[in-house]
Amino acid sequence: MAMDHLLRRAGFGASSDELAAYDRLSYSQAVEQLVNYESTPDDVDAKIGQPGYVGTTSNGPFSPDTVINDARQRWLFRMVHSGRPLQEKMALFWHNYFATAYSKVAGVAKADGATRLMNGQIDFLRTNALGSLRDLLLGIAKDPAMLIWLDGDTNTKAKPQENFGRELMELFSRGVGYYTEDDVYAAARVFTGWNLDKSLAFTYNANAHETTAKTFSFPIYADGGRTIPARAAAAGMQDGIDLINALAMHPETTARVVTKLFTFFVSETIAPDPAFINDLAATYLRNGSAIKPVVQQILLSPQFLDPAVAFTRYSWPAEFIVRAIKETGWTGFSVGSALTPMINMSQELYEPPNVAGWVLGQAWFSTGAMLARMNFASTLALNQKFRLATAAAGARSSPQALVAFMTSRLTADFDGTGDLVAYASAGSTWTGSDAQLQAKGSGLAHLILGSPEYQFV
Amino acid sequence: MMTRRSFVKNGVAAFTVSLAVPRFVSDLARAQGAASRNLVVLDLSGGNDGLSMLVPYTDSSYYSRRPTLAIPAATVLQVGADSSGKALGLHPKLTGLKDIFNQGRLALIQRVGYENSSRSHFYGTDIWSTANPANSTGSGWVGRYLSSLVPPLDPLIAWNTTGDTPHALQSAGVSVASIPSVSGYAFNSPNGGAEAQLERSAAATIASHVPVDKPHIGFVGTTAQAALATLDRVASVGTYKPSVTYPNNGFGQALQAIAGAMSKGIGTRVFWVQTGGFDTHASQDTTADNGAYVKLMATLNDGLSAFYNDMRNTGLLGDTLLLSFSEFGRRITENGSKGTDHGAASVMLAMGGAVRGGIFGTAPSLATDPSNPTLENNAADVHFETDFRSVYARVIDNWLGGDSVSVLGGNFRNGPAFV
Repeated sequence: MAMDHLLRRAGFGASSDELAAYDRLSYSQAVEQLVNYESTPDDVDAKIGQPGYVGTTSNGPFSPDTVINDARQRWLFRMVHSGRPLQEKMALFWHNYFATAYSKVAGVAKADGATRLMNGQIDFLRTNALGSLRDLLLGIAKDPAMLIWLDGDTNTKAKPQENFGRELMELFSRGVGYYTEDDVYAAARVFTGWNLDKSLAFTYNANAHETTAKTFSFPIYADGGRTIPARAAAAGMQDGIDLINALAMHPETTARVVTKLFTFFVSETIAPDPAFINDLAATYLRNGSAIKPVVQQILLSPQFLDPAVAFTRYSWPAEFIVRAIKETGWTGFSVGSALTPMINMSQELYEPPNVAGWVLGQAWFSTGAMLARMNFASTLALNQKFRLATAAAGARSSPQALVAFMTSRLTADFDGTGDLVAYASAGSTWTGSDAQLQAKGSGLAHLILGSPEYQFV
Repeated sequence: MMTRRSFVKNGVAAFTVSLAVPRFVSDLARAQGAASRNLVVLDLSGGNDGLSMLVPYTDSSYYSRRPTLAIPAATVLQVGADSSGKALGLHPKLTGLKDIFNQGRLALIQRVGYENSSRSHFYGTDIWSTANPANSTGSGWVGRYLSSLVPPLDPLIAWNTTGDTPHALQSAGVSVASIPSVSGYAFNSPNGGAEAQLERSAAATIASHVPVDKPHIGFVGTTAQAALATLDRVASVGTYKPSVTYPNNGFGQALQAIAGAMSKGIGTRVFWVQTGGFDTHASQDTTADNGAYVKLMATLNDGLSAFYNDMRNTGLLGDTLLLSFSEFGRRITENGSKGTDHGAASVMLAMGGAVRGGIFGTAPSLATDPSNPTLENNAADVHFETDFRSVYARVIDNWLGGDSVSVLGGNFRNGPAFV
């Protein structure tokens, strides 16, 4: 049980083959493999379009570098098939944390350019998935999609632009209530000149940098100094590096980040034990804001392995979709079929609603979004109808046997299966014919994947 | 909190203090058949630049502080002067709203906000949603109004046209239907005929089993039940034939669905609609044909005009009140990116058959004198004159027939008399 809990939280669930492979490892070996994912080859992109993997659907050649819906499908494909599930999971975590939306970037860079820039950002987040917050902040401050998204490309000394400076403190580090309006002005001036060149690549434009000193309400330097000194324009990029180095290690930032990781991996309903948060914060600070040791500590903790937290986190639509595909089967299915349903479930990849990201937890479950999940379950069950019936051939003896087969394949926290057996038994007399397995097998897949119980990881 | 049921059971005595003087207004609203009235809340998300929507076109500081963004006086749609004598004009794209204003059915409420306005999108939205600047983590003001109605609440009592349930609608025990697309609000099945019917009834049974020790599953189960129980009524909205052509964009289509729901009488009291893109930090462009703010105003104008005309043609205008808000206004002086940064107070719109049209409140003076009382933040931003909660109170008491004191947690019954 611990292993499949681990794979739901630190990945996107597991197909039966994947689960069998992980079950050959001890729990701590599995954590080791997930966390130190560099030792697993990243060859998943080469599998797109190959037989045996989930399909994609495009108008014309599959072009994930220039067409945003193809980029979305490439990422879903990676979530389904990557041998490094934790890396994809953390890339999704950071996509929500540094939420940047394609539509605004496309207004500047056009559709193909914006796809390239958004891929660049997600690839950066993927590369630094378990890296340090300091490196993530510095990279995101120079990221072209972010510079367009939060208007950093227009931030000059003539008229400093506050958008990035504000969100850097409010959403990416300290949190609301832990900065002042004067800090916003100062942060805007710090990043003056962090702009884009004509090819939309990051450039530090010294001529646009405001060179006077910038004073904050919180410490910037180890000696407690709150003022970034006046610097010559040519050296002015150091202002931003000084600010980011400070923000990444502030206690306010630390508590915020480790709590978000706790909520993501352990529980969003049980308040974390302050002592555990303090332990995680100490790990974070001891390792210079590195995320990997914090995640490793979480995955090995008794809090994570407490059976009471299993199947209690409201799944994000991406988690629901990918797990449903991995558990139900994918041969003949296309992740292109998930794109519109994901919009209706309120999680279109590359298009978070605003810079604060998606609203998590119960907020995923409006009536419309729940229907979208139930209807995706129907689409997938219809697509896999014949393959499910073939796989269930050994369970044709009774409605109970078929329900047992389906609930072992599709994992959820059911208290009992009486309702499912009642459905499987309803209608025509049980014969166990192929036609009946097709109807009831797909009907059960639809009902299980669309059940309240299945919406949790 | 007292519910409407307890009010009826216990009589007036328990409420003598809180209802105080204006109680007759609520009674009047009820007597006038508040039950058939609808409220449409419009969220202009991103922080709307009120000074570009309702332009103080005779204020010289408006032109000096906005060298590229000021709208030429000759092009504004003049709507007269406010009580301080300041001449005002609507953005040139708001021709339909100007007509509605001329018909006396559009209220322009100036300088609405609150003390120490948040410049954060999220914190600001939370404050406008909860109507509680001191603690914006609690339930939403519309949700609290709904929970004051006689239970059990119909799952379609509130219809949210966006994907996520807005904070303003959230309240314990209030289920809000989120229906971004009427046609997508259906139950599909991998099987046809009788088997599909068996699946639908099984899905309803599964959703109705709420494990007491697993409240999270219970929450989702309740949502699924509400979805399944409302499918057929929502489907009826899909057959609505509007009397006008709505714009073919998300905002226009959402308004058409709202008109359909009202017309089909499916029982919804509160609707939520949103149009975004108001976070105009850069290239705000208020005048060119393809300018960012011009497009925002065109979307707003075309959607609201279609909705207003449709409601008028179908005889439902008298039962309709639309109220717009935005999480903050924008800074007065334009920035170096030809845009405006986050500011403070802004303009609200109220539109409907029972609205007393006109200009409410006074425009700010935009002079850069740090002691200018109509501005704040060293004369950078517009200071509020009307507390946003007093606008809500007016809607709750005089339109919905509710009790604003209990819903808002205080007496804000001194607001502009637009309804």
